Amino acid sequence: MSEYQENSVVESIERLADALYRLTLHAPCIAAAAKPGQFIMAACGHSLDPLLRRPFSIHQAATSGTIQLLFKVIGRGTNLLSELRPGQSLSLLGPLGHGFQLPPSGPLCLIGGGIGIAPLFFLATKWLQQPRPPESCVVLLGSRTAEEIRQLATDFSELGCLVGTATDDGSLGHHGLVSDLLPPFLSDLKQVCTCGPTAMMAAIAGLCRDTAVPCETSLESHMACGLGACLGCAIPGADGHYKHVCKHGPVFNAEEVAWSR
Amino acid sequence: MEPLIPPTDLDLQVAIGPLRLANPVMTASGTFGYGAEFANLVDLNRLGAMVVKGISLEPRPGNPPPRIVETSCGMLNAIGLENVGVKRFINQKMPFLRTCLSRVIVNILGDSIEEYAFLAHELSGVAGIDALEINISCPNVKKGGVAFGTVPEMAAAVTQAVKRETDLPVIVKLSPNVTDIVAMAQAVEQSGADAVSLINTLIGMAIDARTRRPRLANIIGGLSGPAIKPIALRMVWQVASTVSIPVIGIGGIGTAEDAIEFLLAGATAVQIGTANFYNPGATEQILTGIEHYLRQQGETSIRAIIGSLRLGV
Repeated sequence: MSEYQENSVVESIERLADALYRLTLHAPCIAAAAKPGQFIMAACGHSLDPLLRRPFSIHQAATSGTIQLLFKVIGRGTNLLSELRPGQSLSLLGPLGHGFQLPPSGPLCLIGGGIGIAPLFFLATKWLQQPRPPESCVVLLGSRTAEEIRQLATDFSELGCLVGTATDDGSLGHHGLVSDLLPPFLSDLKQVCTCGPTAMMAAIAGLCRDTAVPCETSLESHMACGLGACLGCAIPGADGHYKHVCKHGPVFNAEEVAWSR
Repeated sequence: MEPLIPPTDLDLQVAIGPLRLANPVMTASGTFGYGAEFANLVDLNRLGAMVVKGISLEPRPGNPPPRIVETSCGMLNAIGLENVGVKRFINQKMPFLRTCLSRVIVNILGDSIEEYAFLAHELSGVAGIDALEINISCPNVKKGGVAFGTVPEMAAAVTQAVKRETDLPVIVKLSPNVTDIVAMAQAVEQSGADAVSLINTLIGMAIDARTRRPRLANIIGGLSGPAIKPIALRMVWQVASTVSIPVIGIGGIGTAEDAIEFLLAGATAVQIGTANFYNPGATEQILTGIEHYLRQQGETSIRAIIGSLRLGV
């Protein structure tokens, strides 16, 4: 496994919704090595405040040498990222962590909630590199409002996925939880891959366990290094031991995680 | 401008008591894992020494999350001394460390004087270990939980117990959470410490005003990073001006200029800590920067700048 400290160059930054951005970066070393589910640590800003890099899952990696990050402005780090303009540089560390393990054949269901949708696009892209029918890649997206997922739902459809949506306010698709959309598909699925709020992933992990469908979950945590050195990103494991999101994860089999915490 | 003195002619060697280092740049315990974590990003053979994550007798699980929080120009951590324990350290981590050319220093921690002594004994015969660093910032469970590092007599007792069990050079890592760090340094010097390293983290706290909750599950934690540098520099200067054993400077060092300030204040070597997190290349950049500084200053030896702070007119 190779990791790089790479000075990337901003190719473009798109505002997809109010506080939702998609950043395209030229980072050939990281792009070539990245696997779906892995993440990078980005040094937001050029000063000592904020001090630490921020973890972002890789939204897309292309053979042309670019990667994409999907992020929502929630604090100082992401606010600095949103101010980046084409031609500016961004120091990245990656690709880091352990990505999604996939079965040899589908169908697969990818379930993303909010900004947790980010790593699923790279995953769907890789999965559909082999010719597969849309039913082999069911994508269920949830968010608070239509605005946050409209563009992403289109992108997944254009990729060749079968897309379902759910919003808290009913402005797009199912009015309710994205996990409500899963049960009709469960009996046929070979695997579920999910990333989003913990409560959402816990509910999905429970549904998968009840029907014996393997479930891969991508977790997040505050972390200082992303390399397994600071040990700041501990989460309780099902075996009673702490696991580190940066090294053991960020993608865990749902059975490895203690969801009721 | 071309360098007047070629890099190969620079003498960067320093001595930490009986331990000779190729250069004064070390990694601080708890910020560099067991070395292997950085192998893809740093040339581990270039470092003066690696101080590995603190080791206890038994594996420790660490504290519940959240364990870290960012603060202004710094971070708080309450990792809870999570480590693999001495047996797994020797069996699983030392084989890789033995392949590195840099010196390996093992940081040890315990709940009692006996535990420190036993760890020193266990690690002494292990090939590839060049020195021990004692973390005395832990609570003494048998003595009501008062940290070894806050009472000079207790710090002295730990130092003596470790020295009795090992022939390895012993560095005592001092806590800044004391009234008089010079008294602590003197106490461990008199007890046979070969060197002192300072400072460990400063105890701090962060609160989320919105939720009215502490940001760390442990409520309080250790502050590190650039925010603590002026305090660390002051303490290093005070200690280095008083004791005769070598002082290793730690605290917020992120650039060559930071490291040089500690050397000028009297530190014989420096440890890079939190900077490894936000800039994994920090150690090598600092080493290169120190070489550049020596050439600029027309010095051929690192030892010419150690303690060369100019005072008065």
